[in-house]
Amino acid sequence: MDLRFTDAQPTAAEREAVESVLGPAGVESHQRVRTASNLRIFATGMQSVADRRHLLLPALETVQSEIGWVSEGALMHICRELSVPPAEAWGVATFYSLISVDPSPPVVLHICDDIVCRRAGALELMEGLEANGRTPATRWLPSPCLGQCDRAPAAYVQRAGEEDQVLSSIDPASRPIGPDGSIPSTNGQTDTSAVPQAGEPHLRLLRRVGTVDPRSLDSYLDAGGYRALEEAVQMGPAALVAEVKASGLRGRGGAAFPAWIKWEAVANSPDPVRYLICNADESEPGTFKDRVLMEDDPFSVIEAMTISGYAVGARQGYLYIRGEYPLATRRLRSAIHQARRAGLLGESTRNGVSFDIDLRRGQGAYICGEETALMNSIEGLRGEPRNKPPFPTVSGLFGKPTVINNVETLCNVLNIVTDGGSSFAASGTPQSTGPKLFCLSGSVRRPGTYEVEFGATLGDLIALAGGLPEGRRLRAVLLGGAAGSFVLPDLLEMPLTFEAASEAGVSLGSGVIMAFDQHTDFGDILARIAAFFRDETCGQCVPCRVGTVRVEEALARIRRDPQPGDLELIEEIDLAMRDASICGLGHTAAIALRSALELGLLE
Amino acid sequence: MTRPETTETQQTVSLTIDGSPVEVRPGATLLEACRQMGTEVPTLCYLETLTPVNVCRICVVEVERNRTLVPACSRIAEEGMVVKTDSDRVRHSRKMILEFLGSSVDLSAAEDEVGEWMEQYEAEPGRYGPQSEPTAAGERDRRHPGHHGEVNGRTAEGVHQPTKVDNTLYVRDYSRCILCYKCVEACGIDAQGTYAIAVAGRGFDARISTEMDLPLGDGACVFCGNCIGVCPTGALMFRSEWELRRAEMWDPDTQEVTRTVCSYCGVGCNLELHTQDNRIVKVTSPQDHDVTSGHLCIKGRFGYDYVQNLGDVDRSSIDEVLAKARRPAPE
Ligand SMILES: Cc1cc2nc3c(=O)[nH]c(=O)nc-3n(C[C@H](O)[C@H](O)[C@H](O)COP(=O)(O)O)c2cc1C
Ligand code: SF4
Ligand code: SF4
Ligand code: SF4
Ligand code: FES
Ligand code: FES
Repeated sequence: MDLRFTDAQPTAAEREAVESVLGPAGVESHQRVRTASNLRIFATGMQSVADRRHLLLPALETVQSEIGWVSEGALMHICRELSVPPAEAWGVATFYSLISVDPSPPVVLHICDDIVCRRAGALELMEGLEANGRTPATRWLPSPCLGQCDRAPAAYVQRAGEEDQVLSSIDPASRPIGPDGSIPSTNGQTDTSAVPQAGEPHLRLLRRVGTVDPRSLDSYLDAGGYRALEEAVQMGPAALVAEVKASGLRGRGGAAFPAWIKWEAVANSPDPVRYLICNADESEPGTFKDRVLMEDDPFSVIEAMTISGYAVGARQGYLYIRGEYPLATRRLRSAIHQARRAGLLGESTRNGVSFDIDLRRGQGAYICGEETALMNSIEGLRGEPRNKPPFPTVSGLFGKPTVINNVETLCNVLNIVTDGGSSFAASGTPQSTGPKLFCLSGSVRRPGTYEVEFGATLGDLIALAGGLPEGRRLRAVLLGGAAGSFVLPDLLEMPLTFEAASEAGVSLGSGVIMAFDQHTDFGDILARIAAFFRDETCGQCVPCRVGTVRVEEALARIRRDPQPGDLELIEEIDLAMRDASICGLGHTAAIALRSALELGLLE
Repeated sequence: MTRPETTETQQTVSLTIDGSPVEVRPGATLLEACRQMGTEVPTLCYLETLTPVNVCRICVVEVERNRTLVPACSRIAEEGMVVKTDSDRVRHSRKMILEFLGSSVDLSAAEDEVGEWMEQYEAEPGRYGPQSEPTAAGERDRRHPGHHGEVNGRTAEGVHQPTKVDNTLYVRDYSRCILCYKCVEACGIDAQGTYAIAVAGRGFDARISTEMDLPLGDGACVFCGNCIGVCPTGALMFRSEWELRRAEMWDPDTQEVTRTVCSYCGVGCNLELHTQDNRIVKVTSPQDHDVTSGHLCIKGRFGYDYVQNLGDVDRSSIDEVLAKARRPAPE
């Protein structure tokens, strides 16, 4: 391959940023080491992959975060260093909404105007900012759901050369950022977390949340941490897979697929090189449960990944986390670092397990939560889903057998190991075993992440969140997120189990329960959902790339002046998207909309 | 170990397509199986010489026990599969895909089959409303992912935009682009190995682009024209063809195609010279030619000027138009 680059050169600062990821220019990758102070160098564990293309996104991300945008000089420098064709790198850089290829001010505010935040004052907030204009020091952009719906409205702040952060519970009447890019200290919470149930004795997934120090390995060890890994090593990989099978654990990322089927397939693969991926992209609007686990109990995620990697014979794990989760990212990075230092992670740990973890940050793309898009994203390609088959258990990351599971799915493995698979299976219902996290938001008194045993009803969950505020009546619930569907209060008695949901023709999705009261403008909510899918489709396949646009247009017509045949048109588009699209985004993009129209929520 | 099984059982895969049994070689796609039995399956992003990207989805067929339809061009035939290529579901998806393309892209220069499929599947692209206004030059290339403008539903949004004319050899009219990825594959891994173009942006704003949207001559392009050779919609077009079309003089009915061997080097690439009024107006290479698989280099593709002299005294009007194609910018 004879690549051609333009003459553009990086600035000294850009060069330094790239070097912090790729190591000094011109040095072979196997000679580069990860230093304690610099966790960004990703050379370890990758010796088997000659290609360094997978470093493209980390390099772009670092330039973005250090400099504030990716210039032609920086892009060319990265391309030369990694031998990536510039046109392809351009295709990758322009795929992500958090990467800017245009000059940007040092502070960029991404204000969430998604379903919950827009009902909590985000539009007002943006109007205020619009009126005040944009300054050379700051710019703001609307953002899809930031996973902070329990503390709406929220914003994610990128700051060139400084740590990024999240603002939440912002006062809509305020100006969250000064003209010089400063954030008034009185405005909104920044980077805090807690769960309403913290400390309650029945909790299993959330038992350490709010009670142990998420920054300290010692605190985790004192609370019983890493006992599961010890037990796991005594059991051995085969027994672990058997326990997971006995537990009946099903995926918590949305598809509810039995975990053991993937695990067994990879564990039995003839290929010795395998990978484990923890899917922490959590971008489904209304979802914020994984964030709680990662922010407040990060070591449990690391321990769970280690056990899972050991069980399926993977020596390298990847944790792919959405870019808009800076606090979780910092805590996980610190947890990985501490675990490595304590001999609990790395080449050969004190348990005799060889397993290491690379943390990769997404850069603003909902589609990268789709498992194969996520793999392409790690590999330095555009985050476009792959056609299946082949499935990831056969040909996943770097073409190798791969287990990919959601954060919450993996965290359940700790309890399965310590309590046994059959004890796990004894809780919940026969087909929906164990505990489950639900994300309550919208019109409830105490929004937040709640843990229940499978079997609790929709009404139970809303009651847990304190019910609706004074004077509010429940009109509808969005169940499962933007990719889920609306249901009416007549389903309050429905147990939130996979089987009951599927019988009712709905899905639990990622555990979203978004409550809407009688004052809701559903037309506005539906328009936002349609806009979301149109913004977030990767654009690869025709049914979804154009279908999402046509749905949005049809909805605009319905809102203005409903005509006979409008609903039928949306049904026709939906049918083609479900049947002919490549991935789950296209398959589910019109479901919520159709359900709302069929339930008459627009009338 | 027992003796390896006789390979006889593995030599063919049997399946049923539209009620008829068919046997294919192991590893064959459903498309191959369909073609083997003479069943027509439309394709847009598939080409024998390129790795299937399966993005257009026009080739979808119904396979029993599969929740969704599957792309025939890339799904491998399995023993016992029961396939339907003309069910209501299949017809519906194909119709919608044709409508989606027809309502967002200019298909007037696309391969003839596209028009035939439109009729066959009763596609009505017009029912989504009148076409949106074309965007200004470069506007789509600057769009940032994750945001889009106000939508009112009064028009059907499309990709219409001015043609990119930045060199004398070929033009890029992305109003006609269905994003089939064929040009990207032909430029990159599957043929040329130059990687001058890729898909940039996301969603409906996704587009074929050079790095930083540079003019072709400023980037990595070596002007082999292989991307033109695979483009199914006329989005990539010889500058000569484009100028003749603008002058309303493009006339395929009077054109002749002469097959010859390229004289520049000793490889032996077959050329097809398309002539109109005895002037070469474009050059292709047969896709089934084992030397080229349809691909050429800049000399074979564009180096034909030495055989025709457009500077003659007796300039006819076609020569005037073709002379325009030699100027860097359009008039
Ligand atoms: C558009 C789209 C987005 C997704 N986003 C996520 C996500 O953010 N987190 C996640 O765990 N799974 C997500 N998934 C599901 C994954 O593809 C995959 O099923 C999951 O990671 C498997 O893990 P599990 O079996 O533990 O649920 C998404 C799927 C689609 C189609
Ligand atoms: S369905 Fe949508 S998101 Fe999925 S591959 Fe197709 S265009 Fe991309
Ligand atoms: S002319 Fe050749 S090198 Fe240039 S973009 Fe087309 S295929 Fe690539
Ligand atoms: S320019 Fe032509 S070949 Fe390239 S993607 Fe568009 S339609 Fe396909
Ligand atoms: S954080 Fe704004 S809607 Fe979720
Ligand atoms: S021809 Fe099969 S998906 Fe395009």
